[in-house]
Amino acid sequence: MSLETYGWLVLAFPLGGAILISLLYKVLPGRAAGVLGTLAIALSFLSAIGAFSELQSLGEEEKQVVAVGWDYAVSNGVDAQVSILLDPLSVLMMLVVSGVSMLIHLYSVAYMGGDRGYARFFAYLNFFVFSMLLLVEAANFVLLIVGWAFVGAASYFLISFWYRRKTATDAGIKAFVINVLGDVGLVLGTFFIFQGTGTLDFLKTFAEVDQVFSVNDGDLVAGCILLLVGAFAKSAQVPLHTWLPDAMEGPTPVSALIHAATMVTAGVYLIARMHTLFEQAPAAGDVGAIIGCLTLLIAATIGLVVTDLKRVIAYSTMSQIGYMVMAVSSAGYAAGMFHFMTHAFFKALLFMAAGSVIAAMAGIQNLDRMRGFRRAMPFTFGCMIVGGLALSGIPPFSGFFSKDEILALLFARDDWHIVLGVLGYVGALLTAIYTFRMIFRAFYGEPCEEARELEHGHLFHAEHPTNPMTGEIEDTDVGFPGPEHHIAEREFPMKVAMGALAVLATIGGVVQIPGVNEGLHHFLEPTFADSSLYAELEPSTTATIIGMVVGAGLGLLGIFIAYTLWVKRPEAPARIRERFAFAHKVFVNKWYFDEAIDIVFVRPTAWLGRFFATTFEQVVVQGAFVGGASGLVGLASAAVRRVQTGYLRYYAALLLMGITSLGAYFLISA
Amino acid sequence: MSLTWYLVVSALIFCIGAGGVLVRRNPLVILLCIELMLNAANLALVGFSRMHGNMDGQIFALIVMVIAACEVAIGLGLIVALYRRRLPIDVDELRELQG
Repeated sequence: MSLETYGWLVLAFPLGGAILISLLYKVLPGRAAGVLGTLAIALSFLSAIGAFSELQSLGEEEKQVVAVGWDYAVSNGVDAQVSILLDPLSVLMMLVVSGVSMLIHLYSVAYMGGDRGYARFFAYLNFFVFSMLLLVEAANFVLLIVGWAFVGAASYFLISFWYRRKTATDAGIKAFVINVLGDVGLVLGTFFIFQGTGTLDFLKTFAEVDQVFSVNDGDLVAGCILLLVGAFAKSAQVPLHTWLPDAMEGPTPVSALIHAATMVTAGVYLIARMHTLFEQAPAAGDVGAIIGCLTLLIAATIGLVVTDLKRVIAYSTMSQIGYMVMAVSSAGYAAGMFHFMTHAFFKALLFMAAGSVIAAMAGIQNLDRMRGFRRAMPFTFGCMIVGGLALSGIPPFSGFFSKDEILALLFARDDWHIVLGVLGYVGALLTAIYTFRMIFRAFYGEPCEEARELEHGHLFHAEHPTNPMTGEIEDTDVGFPGPEHHIAEREFPMKVAMGALAVLATIGGVVQIPGVNEGLHHFLEPTFADSSLYAELEPSTTATIIGMVVGAGLGLLGIFIAYTLWVKRPEAPARIRERFAFAHKVFVNKWYFDEAIDIVFVRPTAWLGRFFATTFEQVVVQGAFVGGASGLVGLASAAVRRVQTGYLRYYAALLLMGITSLGAYFLISA
Repeated sequence: MSLTWYLVVSALIFCIGAGGVLVRRNPLVILLCIELMLNAANLALVGFSRMHGNMDGQIFALIVMVIAACEVAIGLGLIVALYRRRLPIDVDELRELQG
């Protein structure tokens, strides 16, 4: 089969799976919906591998293939086609998205087993993967926007999956609203660029951009900043990140899917895909790099104090995406995409392990309640450690290579980007601390009641299932989490998925080892052939080695600090908390972003809404427009009514007067 | 004898008729006044016809008489109907059609 066929198949399988499961949800028995969904994504992954091998057989110059499905809206000046672009960047994204999604589907087959919305879950999940694949394969802005909006919608479905939980539906709405804000940015940015180049096709746009726009042209910078707004909203960068921690209301596999394979990496992909534009508008790229750096620090500090297991990992995602955005905004495309890939492996793994722990706690996510799961859940513990080491950047785990590659490239820029690099190392230290804080708190120490029960071979079940956020008692019926919990130790599909990811998280770094193997960099070269910085931006060998040593050292130091604080001297954290009460308060309140957004946007909008509902509508619309028009008609008809007296002689007089005046007029004018 | 006098008489009769229509309340009298107005018009038509030596005006007067006869028939019919239903024979009382 040809490359184009594989490209279309990658899209067709998840879409077909979503439709099939939606239609058959009533007749699919047991776990059939899950198997069907997993199979669809597995076939999609196989097609992606097929596309990869076809792409590799092409020559270096031909590795950008556009397959046109049909014309969507092609007229004079608009060239919106349903077309997909297959180049190394999109194929890499396809491989990672479909591969990791396949494992998450496999995990969900068991993990969501007790839930009443089982088939619905897999239909959404398949649709989510389809949307993300559409986004990465789009060959023009129109299809990109379609995929972009689909991903937003799918995330809303999945975050609000337990739709009778008030907190979950609120979180879904929040995610959707912020994502729509990003959609608006993306659409407006597209207009700015389309206005200049007159084409919606990516390759044509890239070819024309340096002729149409001068460097740092106002329109182009504005367009790129608007694209960045879209990227920030999707990728949870400051200040549009507040939806991401709330998105933890969804089932754990959804968190894994949103954070690892799909959705949040869309912004990184967008910047990498638009690199030609960003290199022509370096000012916009600088904005992206600075925001990415800010995000990685802010998220890391919040991660230090959050007590919700899943939210710790959520903030670490924000932080890691910050690294990626920083990398791709500073021309470190291969490094950014490399980190995206390794991050997908270890983040999915961490979420799966967290899901297993949460299941053992019967839905409770609070770290304060968890202790000593090490002996009760050895497999989960092992996976968590592997994921944690990869996240902290300890050699030889995958995260080590990708993170250091990003930071080395920042230093290689040899200008103010060095500051970002230094802050990146600070973030790396914080990453190691909060990751192992989470692991030590959940797995070390005296086992808690749930862990002891599990050691005796009995999985804890709450007497009354409750909402972990509010403590409200919940039903286990449809629209709420199901009554059964599944842990990795007892479910084969979960074990397979986590095992595969653990292997990938360990060895995923081999595709790009500085000085040894430049595989990924070389693979992505055709996509970034027009980049002026891609080829020449090369850190020196000594810088690379120093960076790696420093990175590994900081990671180990972080783990050591976490070990001292939360294992050896458990009374120390409270003392530190008191000592730095102000900082702790700021971190616990997430830097007051929610409050600030509430004051700056939500409240004025709500006030304006109330004003329009009560005052404007009552007075202006009801009073002036509606009342005015009807009053005018009433007045006029009252006047006309007065004329209709019913007196015959009166009418006769009017008639006479009328004819007389008419006659007089003609006589005089004659 | 000039045409003027015919026209003056015609105008006088027309005004008397119009005044009658406006001031009288009895439908029978109003009908009579309308007849006066029509005949004033007839007089003017015949006068013009004689002056110009053209017969069209006289034929037109004959037609007006026919129409007048029809109109009187309908008017009297209405009055008889009013009388039969014991309604007041007064146009000011018959004003249900007001707005």
